[in-house]
Amino acid sequence: MTNYSMREGYGRALAAYGGVNPDIIVLDVDTASSTLSGFFEKAYPDRFYNIGIAEPCMVDVGVGMALGGTIPFINGFSALLALRAIEAIRSNVCYARTNVKIAASYAGVSDYKDGPTHHAIVDIAFFRALPEMTVIVPADGAEAGDFVPLMAEWDGPVMLRLNRSAAVPVHEPGGELEIGRGIQRRDGGDLTIIACGAMVGRVMQAAEELAEKGINARILELHTVKPLDVDLICQAAAETGAVITAEEHNVIGGLGSAVAEALAEYQPTRMRRMGIADTFARTAPDPETLMDAYGLAVSDVVKTAQSLLEGRKSP
Amino acid sequence: MKALLEREILELEANARDLRIESLRMIHRRQAGHPGGSLSAAEIMTVLYFKVLRIRPEDPDWESRDRFILSKGHASALLYAALARRGYFPENDLKGWGDLDNHLQGHPDRLKTPGVDMNSGILGHGIAIGAGLALAARQRDLDYRVYTLLGDGECQAGIVWEGANTAAKFRLANLTAIVDYNDVQLDGAVHEIMPMAPLAAKWRDFGWHTVEINGHNVREVYEALMLAREIHHLPTVIIAHTTKGKGVSYMENDSHWHGVAPDDEQLAQALVELEGGQS
Repeated sequence: MTNYSMREGYGRALAAYGGVNPDIIVLDVDTASSTLSGFFEKAYPDRFYNIGIAEPCMVDVGVGMALGGTIPFINGFSALLALRAIEAIRSNVCYARTNVKIAASYAGVSDYKDGPTHHAIVDIAFFRALPEMTVIVPADGAEAGDFVPLMAEWDGPVMLRLNRSAAVPVHEPGGELEIGRGIQRRDGGDLTIIACGAMVGRVMQAAEELAEKGINARILELHTVKPLDVDLICQAAAETGAVITAEEHNVIGGLGSAVAEALAEYQPTRMRRMGIADTFARTAPDPETLMDAYGLAVSDVVKTAQSLLEGRKSP
Repeated sequence: MKALLEREILELEANARDLRIESLRMIHRRQAGHPGGSLSAAEIMTVLYFKVLRIRPEDPDWESRDRFILSKGHASALLYAALARRGYFPENDLKGWGDLDNHLQGHPDRLKTPGVDMNSGILGHGIAIGAGLALAARQRDLDYRVYTLLGDGECQAGIVWEGANTAAKFRLANLTAIVDYNDVQLDGAVHEIMPMAPLAAKWRDFGWHTVEINGHNVREVYEALMLAREIHHLPTVIIAHTTKGKGVSYMENDSHWHGVAPDDEQLAQALVELEGGQS
């Protein structure tokens, strides 16, 4: 599998899809060369609008564009969309149910160079709590690109969470993909590891290490955090009896919380949530080092799985 | 531009008076709502809905209709009264405003009320959303125009100016904003709480074609809105000088009446004043 960044996969796919669907309009907030909406700008300059450093305004302009019958893709940094622009998204995208597509880039700690101001570790929590919002967290560049036509053709608001960087690739371009339906990426009967985003490739690697130790992990990729594929989660929990979630997000409010909510109600199961441990991360020389330093290393997944199965409180 | 006939002026004035009366009745019935800013914008809304907007009440989703966003969404009583009178829904619906099963929400909701083009309530968004609608018209080669009504207190919100920048950059001449400049907001006078003067100069500096009028003179409102159509390179803002609570002596210029409903006695007095001299 080719390994390219989520933003590149997204940006190239958006430009390609622009040729298929003339209703697509793209907006950015002076970050087109970062989010890589710039690929679309180059291909279709008459359908690209740079709004400057004004995220709430971009949301509103996108809302007006949607009301006027086009399909706007708005692009920016997830930290700012989730925090600075969230009121406009709540009121004018979700409540008014306008057909705005939100590409939230530089998610998680993938903007490793810029530090916690630029890290987006609460974005899933904010977007997930909004009625009418669909939240998608692709696992790699190929999957990010494959979601572009799906979200464009989805009826209603969608947030696509994109990393700046590459992740361990797991998705074949053109592979089967459906919003709201999770993917079982590995079968196993000893426990289930549920992941999204850049953690999917990492938990796949961890599963190989666990197999060498005689532990067979089932891996579920929940690329759609909302609406959640509750049936898939509960079935895996019932069949394996132990669940770990892993995400590049605060442990509060993200995929782990969503899975815990579902399991607590429908299939109580012993579980552990892996994520950023409710703290601000820091600057690092590369995203992999940063994730490793904040509890998201492959070895952390292995240790968490072992401890969960041994009934220990912490790895 | 065709000048208004004297008869038309009288009709518009009577309409504005009726919208004031209906708004106050609605607010009184519900014991909730915002009388001051509904009364101040009565002439503006009347001229828009009865003379200027290209709309088809029987086909509220008509693609080529002019769009209107009530950015100062708290004047919803006035909007609902105008929509009902224009025929978007039965005037009887106004009596159930705020009831759990009524389509009229506290603030406008496009998905529930026919004729409402966009939700509002959180102040400041009308300009930027209007800019997006105006851009979409250009993109899709449609000739509808976009209007938005905002308050002067609302202009304190930064998003207004982000939107103003955007509309000016893209030279959105199909976007017209009207500022209901009544100098009163919830907590007191705008010029004391956070002065916005010189408001016209601010808009001009942001690149908008800017005109100032008396917002209670239907002829001035009409002419300003029609002249905006003749400006082909810039968005227009009409700074409409108004009186908060206009037409009800005890409400005029008093911030208390921003969001308080009149009681029975107060309503009776208001109706006497508004209906005074009318048959």
